[in-house]
Amino acid sequence: MLDLSKNFFELFGLPVSYTIDNTALRERYRELQRNVHPDRYANASQQEQRLAMQGSTFINEAFETLRDPLGRARYMLRLLGVDVDSDNETTKDTAFLMEQLELREALSEIRQQADPPGAIADFLDNVSGKLNQLTREMATDFEHPEADKLDTIRERVRKMQFLRKLHQEAESVEAELEEELL
Amino acid sequence: MALLQIAEPGQAAAPHEHKLAAGIDLGTTNSLVASVRSGTPETLPDEKGEHILPSVVAYTESGVLVGSEALANAYDDALNTISSVKRLMGRGVEDLRLLGDELPNDFTQTDSRVPRIRTRSGDVSPVEVSAEILKVLGKRAELALGGELTGVVVTVPAYFDDAQRQATKDAATLAGLRVFRLLNEPTAAAIAYGLDKGTEGIHAIYDLGGGTFDISILRLNRGVFEVMSTGGDSALGGDDFDRAIAEWVMQQAGIEKPDSTLQATLMRVARLAKETLTTQQAAEIELEVPAWKGTLDLDTFNGLIGGLVRKTISACRRALRDAGITADEVEDVVMVGGSTRVPRVRELVGEFFGREPLVDIDPDRVVAIGAAIQADILAGNKPDEEMLLLDVNPLSLGIETMGGLVEKIIPRNTTIPVARAQEFTTFKDGQTAMAIHVVQGERELVDDCRSLARFELRGIPPMVAGAARIRVTYRIDADGLLEVEAEEQTQGVRASIEVKPSYGLSDNEIADMLRTSVEHARDDMEARKLREQQVEGDRVIEALVAALEADGDELLSPEERDRIDAELAKFRKLVSGTDANAIEQGIKTLETACDFYVERRMNSNIRKAMAGHSVNEFEQETE
Repeated sequence: MLDLSKNFFELFGLPVSYTIDNTALRERYRELQRNVHPDRYANASQQEQRLAMQGSTFINEAFETLRDPLGRARYMLRLLGVDVDSDNETTKDTAFLMEQLELREALSEIRQQADPPGAIADFLDNVSGKLNQLTREMATDFEHPEADKLDTIRERVRKMQFLRKLHQEAESVEAELEEELL
Repeated sequence: MALLQIAEPGQAAAPHEHKLAAGIDLGTTNSLVASVRSGTPETLPDEKGEHILPSVVAYTESGVLVGSEALANAYDDALNTISSVKRLMGRGVEDLRLLGDELPNDFTQTDSRVPRIRTRSGDVSPVEVSAEILKVLGKRAELALGGELTGVVVTVPAYFDDAQRQATKDAATLAGLRVFRLLNEPTAAAIAYGLDKGTEGIHAIYDLGGGTFDISILRLNRGVFEVMSTGGDSALGGDDFDRAIAEWVMQQAGIEKPDSTLQATLMRVARLAKETLTTQQAAEIELEVPAWKGTLDLDTFNGLIGGLVRKTISACRRALRDAGITADEVEDVVMVGGSTRVPRVRELVGEFFGREPLVDIDPDRVVAIGAAIQADILAGNKPDEEMLLLDVNPLSLGIETMGGLVEKIIPRNTTIPVARAQEFTTFKDGQTAMAIHVVQGERELVDDCRSLARFELRGIPPMVAGAARIRVTYRIDADGLLEVEAEEQTQGVRASIEVKPSYGLSDNEIADMLRTSVEHARDDMEARKLREQQVEGDRVIEALVAALEADGDELLSPEERDRIDAELAKFRKLVSGTDANAIEQGIKTLETACDFYVERRMNSNIRKAMAGHSVNEFEQETE
């Protein structure tokens, strides 16, 4: 059965690296589930069914973590002995925080724009662009994650959380706008 | 003594391990059973050659009738004939009010939360009625396949919650069938199409039945079906089209308040007209009492149902967004359910996805066929078969936090089985118990979501507020059933519950919850802000009162104390109000007023802490 003590990268047979081969990840995920999923044990003993459940759950968790740039960064920090307490940590970068305030303000005023659907699409692109930028920066940082880099990465994780939340809120505004147009 | 098996001349011996299995589509209006025979999945007919079994059960003087015979009984013995029982599965007595006026049956009041229907053969539960249908289908399969079934796959709407799934499983058990797995209807359709065509890529399954609508987005890659997202409106279906036509007829014929007989007639002529309009440009409608005759043309009909169809399209849009893809990435669109025969539905769906929807497997049978394929695989008949399903949970699962807010633990459309944990802490000093309230839904306030279960974690060691660490874990297994566990981390105190609600969400509730989560996103944000400020306000008050009790007399002069008490009283008023900004401002005002006191307390505490230590030692410790 599955060795649950493996780290997520080992589980998928991938090198511990922030830059990840998404195609290989997805393929190995399917391969693992094909062998471990409870549906494969519909006729097996209770014990085996329970193990299949645990294994399948573990694989799902590993896959979700690694395919998400934020989840992957947090997980790699944890492997390096750094726990990011997402609820109680916030960035102190005032320039970044000012920018966040401005973005939030822009989002709350988006309905007053001449073309709200176009404006929200641009807004989402802008936030996605910033998120991608952070992902790229993190990839470079993780290449040589010496102690001094860890703080930098941690700071980027905090910023990513901010932007992620903003992106989610912008998406729900987009959904509202679409519903209203119907 | 073991008997040797001899195959008939000219026939290959069946492999010994071939196990008989069947897929059952237990529908609201009609049910079907299918099986894989000689490698081909097909629906199984009864002795008269009929494949479709109307989902109707009649309790007559000569015994229980199921199917078209029961349907015939409905006209003169409505009270003892039960149709659409699927809509009652997993429902509580409270939910009956929502369906009540549409059901002709009598319900009995019992202590149990499960409704019971009064018949001449005694009171029966929806699970028992469904079991009668399943028994007939199970027998039909055993007769056709020539042996006992090892197991079945029964399909359920993707939107069924825990209770509805559990009730369906119970009905199968009661019918003497072993359930390998409950399978979501759209997923079953995808299997039927996917394996049939060997198509890789992303599929959209548009399933519009008599009373429910489901949309699922799946990715098929070398035999693995990954459900990317699922959505729908479980209070929308072909019945609503009939209702729209019936209302149009009432308007045209000047009927204002039809009695139940006329109502039934109206619905019948409406359904016939709808069916005619799937192939014709116009339908003649005739009523005897009152005498009326008219023509419903296709354009008018399209106008009547346009709004309803657009609602399904908007659910499609949401499902695509949840899957993180756009319409042009969808390889093909599979149409399932009798109501997809309506031309306007096909047009609008085709328009939205930008391609002609697939209709080449009979939309009535496709679900049963998919279930049969899955049953064959789960029975172990195809050890080399690569097919695997990775399904998702349809609705978000969360926990109640301070101020009646919901913290989502497992968001909707997460691949199952899944386990997620989150840590919480205590709100008050010395708090030894914590109430865990498990909720389901997309909204931000507990009051707007469905409550699934409550339990308490007791025996938390007394600590200052915020020091305890309580880890709450949600687990969903492959059948979609939830289990919740809470554990205090420092002492290892545990409590857990298997969430098996005795009744589930009504279809309307699920639909409404989803709809309103979008419509009310803004209200929610404001309500949420108010609650957050109120919680924060309460916290400030509690902290200040505790401080004053501890050392207010010692550290404050009577005048200072009066001043703080006055500020506190003012602030209490604000917190009980509804102005979030005023509370936020009030917190700052109160804090400013108490600044000097807080500073004094701090100094006093440092002095106390350092009593007995030298300053030198203290400095060393902090290095």
